Amino acid sequence: MSFPISLTINGVRRDVELEDPRVTLLDLLRERLDLTGSKKGCDRGQCGACTVLVDGRRINSCLTLAISHDGADVLTIEGVARGDQLHPVQAAFIAHDGFQCGFCTPGQIMSAIGLIQEGQAGDDPERVRECMSGNLCRCGAYAGITDAVLEAQQNLTAANQRRSA
Amino acid sequence: MKTFDYIKPATISDAVAAAAQPGTAYLAGGTNLLDLMKGGIARPDRLVDVAQLPGLDRIEHLADGGLRIGALVRNADLAHDFDFAKSYPAVAEALLSGASAQLRNAATVGGNLLQRTRCGYFYDPASACNKRRPGTGCDARGGENRLHAVLGWSESCIATHPSDFCVPLVAHDAVVEIEGKAGRREIALEALHRLPGDTPERDNLLEPADLIVALRLPAEASAFSAHARYLKVRERTSYAFAIVSAAAALRIERGVIREARLALGGVAPKPWRARGAEEILAGASPTPAAFRRAAEAALTDAKPSGDNQFKIELAHRILVRALTLATAGTPERIPALPASPFASVSGALHHA
Repeated sequence: MSFPISLTINGVRRDVELEDPRVTLLDLLRERLDLTGSKKGCDRGQCGACTVLVDGRRINSCLTLAISHDGADVLTIEGVARGDQLHPVQAAFIAHDGFQCGFCTPGQIMSAIGLIQEGQAGDDPERVRECMSGNLCRCGAYAGITDAVLEAQQNLTAANQRRSA
Repeated sequence: MKTFDYIKPATISDAVAAAAQPGTAYLAGGTNLLDLMKGGIARPDRLVDVAQLPGLDRIEHLADGGLRIGALVRNADLAHDFDFAKSYPAVAEALLSGASAQLRNAATVGGNLLQRTRCGYFYDPASACNKRRPGTGCDARGGENRLHAVLGWSESCIATHPSDFCVPLVAHDAVVEIEGKAGRREIALEALHRLPGDTPERDNLLEPADLIVALRLPAEASAFSAHARYLKVRERTSYAFAIVSAAAALRIERGVIREARLALGGVAPKPWRARGAEEILAGASPTPAAFRRAAEAALTDAKPSGDNQFKIELAHRILVRALTLATAGTPERIPALPASPFASVSGALHHA
């Protein structure tokens, strides 16, 4: 039996035939669609390396079935830059050394984009750390990550204010 | 992961009909079920995906002053709902102290109630576990068990119920609405989860095909909103299960406690309401001595199930602390570190 699903991934509609309902969203992205930016760390929802936005919300793509997301809008790390222009969160991670080996970075960045959209952390580093606790970094770049998230949020807020002014 | 059939029903009655076959599990957020399936611990033959069922994602204010929360409301959406957090602050704080932001975005209200009571041995197919395979024994009894239950456990199982959300909910007399083969019925949340006894494989009273469709909080529950806290001690400040947690809610009039609601988490196979302690507090002045008496009463029946005697004393202190914080008043805003004893709102910041 096969299950046809259709998703919008990074703005592009993708029609996929799933031969097996066991395929996670993460495996669909990595193994079927060659979008290997989202990483498989623990594969059990504990490390956050697989974080993507589904309909604007950050989730662990390893802990959800692709088949459950027929019709969903998915944003992965491959879809955040505009050509050569980095997303403000990407740029802030570089500016603040928010990584070392880089394995967790796509998940960290997607989580940060989700966090900023949620608008719950404000400019409080303690809230940012709390709201990023679902993303582990074994290199321990947390200080840089927190600074990067705070700066990116500030830049994005300022840009939004300019747009609405 | 074992293979399974996948069914996506369009209506609640289709879902219940589809789930009537043995070996069926409902799938909503999947944050607990898929994890268990990946580990080979849950092995359903078919999944009935209820995540898109219409009408179950609403938060409704009822005519009697109560609140009805659809089973598919996501944990994050409920916690951040302004009216909800204002009326039931301890519940919102508990929600935000659980799991990670990603998991709270996926996890549903109904699924949170039905996450398995569990421990590391339940998760390890190489270990003996009466809950995973009835009658095979319990390796936790002679194993690493400092985080296991001190209340309500049995010789067959000493695992704890891990939910934060359920702790203030049982304190506030939440009710669960269930659609089953024989139609709609309701159960008090406190009665939904069962103690392990000789049948630890059953976590709750649900029958096959039963689907939780909503959770209700009675009108009286919001009367505690000025003095309601959830406090949770874990081995790291964020994204960890409770070692011990407590929900404390007080109705204080002219310096006297009129009514108290108290429940413990992380200490028992189910969210643990402390009614005896509530009775002691009713009519008392909110003093440390009264809080200690209440905590004493809450833990009268506690006994270690292994190397976890410390949890009884810890639970005592957390109860007293939660009552102290509740008396001081619900903070205007949920603390940066929800439910943490180290939250900056309740005193000096304990870490950088």
